[in-house]
Amino acid sequence: MNAEQLYEQLKKTQEPKGFYFNKDLALVMDLLKALLVNKERYGYMSCPCRLAQGDRKKDGDILCPCFYRGPDVTEFGSCYCALYVSRDWNEGRIPHVYVPERRPPEKMW
Amino acid sequence: MTTPDVKLYTLSTCSHCKSTKNLLNECRVAFHSVDIDLLTGEKRQALIDEVRQLNPNCTFPTIVIDGKVIVGFKENEIRKALGLS
Repeated sequence: MNAEQLYEQLKKTQEPKGFYFNKDLALVMDLLKALLVNKERYGYMSCPCRLAQGDRKKDGDILCPCFYRGPDVTEFGSCYCALYVSRDWNEGRIPHVYVPERRPPEKMW
Repeated sequence: MTTPDVKLYTLSTCSHCKSTKNLLNECRVAFHSVDIDLLTGEKRQALIDEVRQLNPNCTFPTIVIDGKVIVGFKENEIRKALGLS
């Protein structure tokens, strides 16, 4: 599987749920390539913008799409990586803020 | 003005880390960065401990500019710390 194939597959499954790919295609492709790197590295598509521990149980909340994507997109219009966004975010109807880390510190060692 | 001392703790896979490096390159600012996800063993743990000292949340990028810690790709804060705005 390559990034283009992953893009088509995820677009089909995620958009009906209300999660759209960022319209910045270069950023999206970089992140999808990164997810594939992590799948090769750890055995699962761990979040590219968070440090994985390499233990599927410990990293369970940051397998993409992570546990935090839903509340982040609801509150900010964007996931932490800005991979998945809302339609309003993509169309500039809500401001693009830097999404703070919602993951509890105790989950990171 | 003096050259700022800039260090980045990053992940090779992270979009915000890449944006930070791109911004510094555009501003012609030299920096030292370490991709922690590419490290292993004791070196990795030592760098994670270093990040935790600077940023207890251990998130990326963690940026240190002349001793000032900026967490995340916050462009305005970065420019201000570099004396660029």
